[in-house]
Amino acid sequence: MADPADIAMLRDGPMIGAHHVTLASEDDFDGWRDAARGLAEAGVPPSAIAWQVDGGERDLFGGPETEPPPPGPSFAVPRAFVDLARTVICHRDPERFALLYAMLLKLRSNKQALEDRADPLVDRLEGMAKEVRRDAHKMHAFVRFREVEDDEGPRFVAWFEPDNHIVRREAGFFQRRFANMRWSILTPELTIHWDGQNLTEGPGATRAEAPDGDPVEETWKTYYASIFNPARVKVKAMTKEMPKKYWRNMPETALIGDLLAGAQAREAEMIKRSTTVTATTPRPTGNLDASWAALKAEAARCTRCELHQCATQIVFGEGPLDAAIVFVGEQPGDQEDLAGRPFVGPAGQLFNAALEEAGIDRTQAYVTNAVKHFKFVQRGKKRIHSKPDTSEIEACRWWVDRERELIRPPLTVALGATAARSLTGKTVTISKSRDAPLTLADGGECWITVHPSFLLRLPDEQVRREERAKFVADLQRIRKRAEALAA
Amino acid sequence: MAQLDTREKLAILADAAKYDASCASSGTVKRDSRGGKGVGSTEGMGICHAYAPDGRCISLLKILLTNSCIFDCHYCINRKSSNVRRARFTAQEVVHLTLAFYKRNYIEGLFLSSGIIRSSNYTMEQLVEVARALREDHDFRGYIHLKTIPDADPELVRQAALYADRVSINVELPTVSGLERLAPEKSATRIEGAMKDMKLGIEDGKDARKKYRSAPKFAPAGQSTQMIVGADAANDGDIVMRASQLYDRFALRRVYYSAFSPIPSPSAVLPLKRPPLMREHRLYQSDWLMRFYGFKPREVVSAAGDDGMLPLDIDPKLAWALKFRDSFPVDVNKAPREQLLRVPGLGTKAVKRLLQSRRWRAITLDDVARLTVSIAKVRPFITTSDWRPTLLTDRADLKTLVTPRETQLDLFAG
Repeated sequence: MADPADIAMLRDGPMIGAHHVTLASEDDFDGWRDAARGLAEAGVPPSAIAWQVDGGERDLFGGPETEPPPPGPSFAVPRAFVDLARTVICHRDPERFALLYAMLLKLRSNKQALEDRADPLVDRLEGMAKEVRRDAHKMHAFVRFREVEDDEGPRFVAWFEPDNHIVRREAGFFQRRFANMRWSILTPELTIHWDGQNLTEGPGATRAEAPDGDPVEETWKTYYASIFNPARVKVKAMTKEMPKKYWRNMPETALIGDLLAGAQAREAEMIKRSTTVTATTPRPTGNLDASWAALKAEAARCTRCELHQCATQIVFGEGPLDAAIVFVGEQPGDQEDLAGRPFVGPAGQLFNAALEEAGIDRTQAYVTNAVKHFKFVQRGKKRIHSKPDTSEIEACRWWVDRERELIRPPLTVALGATAARSLTGKTVTISKSRDAPLTLADGGECWITVHPSFLLRLPDEQVRREERAKFVADLQRIRKRAEALAA
Repeated sequence: MAQLDTREKLAILADAAKYDASCASSGTVKRDSRGGKGVGSTEGMGICHAYAPDGRCISLLKILLTNSCIFDCHYCINRKSSNVRRARFTAQEVVHLTLAFYKRNYIEGLFLSSGIIRSSNYTMEQLVEVARALREDHDFRGYIHLKTIPDADPELVRQAALYADRVSINVELPTVSGLERLAPEKSATRIEGAMKDMKLGIEDGKDARKKYRSAPKFAPAGQSTQMIVGADAANDGDIVMRASQLYDRFALRRVYYSAFSPIPSPSAVLPLKRPPLMREHRLYQSDWLMRFYGFKPREVVSAAGDDGMLPLDIDPKLAWALKFRDSFPVDVNKAPREQLLRVPGLGTKAVKRLLQSRRWRAITLDDVARLTVSIAKVRPFITTSDWRPTLLTDRADLKTLVTPRETQLDLFAG
């Protein structure tokens, strides 16, 4: 659609003594240049010229060819305009000849007129040139050859439908690229043929004249389907660069519908499979050990909370990575901090004894802490244990989660309120929740009981004995449950 | 195991290669097949021969020679402990496939990478053999991109660069600790060492070409790298700084980002969820700001939020402009190029046209509208001969005025 400003530019002025110019073909730049030069030198206004293409539709008011006007003084145009005109000539818009002529006249009075990009006429012509270049670029990209055999050997034939009159202009590209192949490109307007030596032209063709298949297309489709990543679907980005109008001549586009339909299902399945399959099938230990070692090494540099500043070292979990039970304590104490191992101090000794009574082999269990650095207040020479606060539990929870992700234990035991908080994410009362397991986010069971150090702190001998028996009873129940789950 | 035919192998080995982001076929020397006996041409600009429904361009035949690997990098689908199907092409098969596709105008060339089998040197030899056969036996003049193996013998890497247009080595992860954790067998120092060698090789090659026209071309399209986004804890700020450091130190043509996508049977130390795809896009935009818009890495980082992440809802240039409003409005009739480039909504082309046009006329708002995509986005940040954004840059709700409207919730957005 023409901009009103352009129409004014083209149609203003009297239509007296109209000139008729007939060009040899749609992209006949030389013909246009020769005619336009003479007309512009004579100062003929754009509105007085009717442009038409030989064999094309004739202008409604078209008359016979007119004599060229008397020549006027010649003038030069910048190189950039010649390039622009060569490109714009290939555009499908029938107004292109007149618009270019209007620009030519503008250049006669102002040589630099082309540099004013904000000028509507320049803008329109540049826009047309851009369309032609894009069409040409898409032709380079989307032409698909099919191989056929004839007497002289293999020949490659393509069917293509460009928007603009670009086939002659783009022949050189294919000639340079496939110089040693015999090929033809058929289009509705024009066909071009290369025999390895010469380029020849023929009249327009129909799709039926092109070969209808090539066995390699199936391989190409396999590639197209396999290189597509179903985890990312961006249909808009695809159609912006590969508009649907080109699809009908590209074999691979037949797959797009199925690929899109399958993409969502494929990704969902991928995530599901990776959570379920890996939970049940044992993974090669080499990888698991390496991952755990890497995790531990990474944890040694942890600065997620303030506690790393004062503690001697991180106390990471220990035990077999295929353990059926994971014990999560509160945090390392004075001795654990120095030794770098969990549950080795007084509470650890009590824990070991209780495990033995309950019939659990500590070497078969994975033992770790909810918080991995020792938190304390210094009193004289003694470092007094101090309870970790919620932010520290939250910061360290990341490590506990990773440990459990690697081990995927069917059963996790929270020793004390801190561990329960870390595992469940909420505050729990031990006395109320020690009888039945909770289910964790990953599907594993979580049993909650007291921390062994709680038993150490009880002042009353009698109460301490009772609580210890309860703790052992909890552990026995946990052992039985673990055995039941394993069976 | 039954023998796989070429199509089955192609399905496995193209599938395994799709996590490499690059498919560029641009930036190399001009050449064509005239006067030779084979096919192929490169004319500077890359060509995307098709687009997959993931929105990515298909320019090259991008495959692995084999997806067997002796390494165990957690983020990689081809790691030793993964249970994907394995396949291996012979060098001949890759050569034939490349030529068959090229002759039908499906591709611009080959992007060949490989899992590491037997040893780094053995693998590298196989990659070089494919490139050699294409170039020497078949006189192939299309584009070749080879992924090089960091530990391979420098002589093999040099040969690769002589046959290929572009070579690349992936830094894999933006942080050294991430690499240690997720790719235990790879080493950041070795990767960077290989990139440094390549840089020196490319420079030497250019010098030699200046002296002797007959000197061989050494990786004429330069080297590039890729890092995975979202598999470790690095934020956008870290990534931008890392990328700019890589550009500076190794004269890279491109740093590619690949948003970590959930892979089948992932390792347990990885996040299962993918980062939003938009994050990758924002990182590329910040990359553009540094390469074409004269932004310093520090400035890009300053556009990020307190958590070091670039905003996902607006582009980094707009984010920067909203944060540093004292730099605006910019007078399009007077401001220098550097300042115009900072205006959100003005691209390099629009700026070039404005600079050209304003020599001929006083630019009005209508003129700007004709030269840009969205005048609404530009308007608050500029003055023209007929427009002044009164107090607009001081408004608290400016962000809502210039943020693109959500059209529809995207089902697939991350």
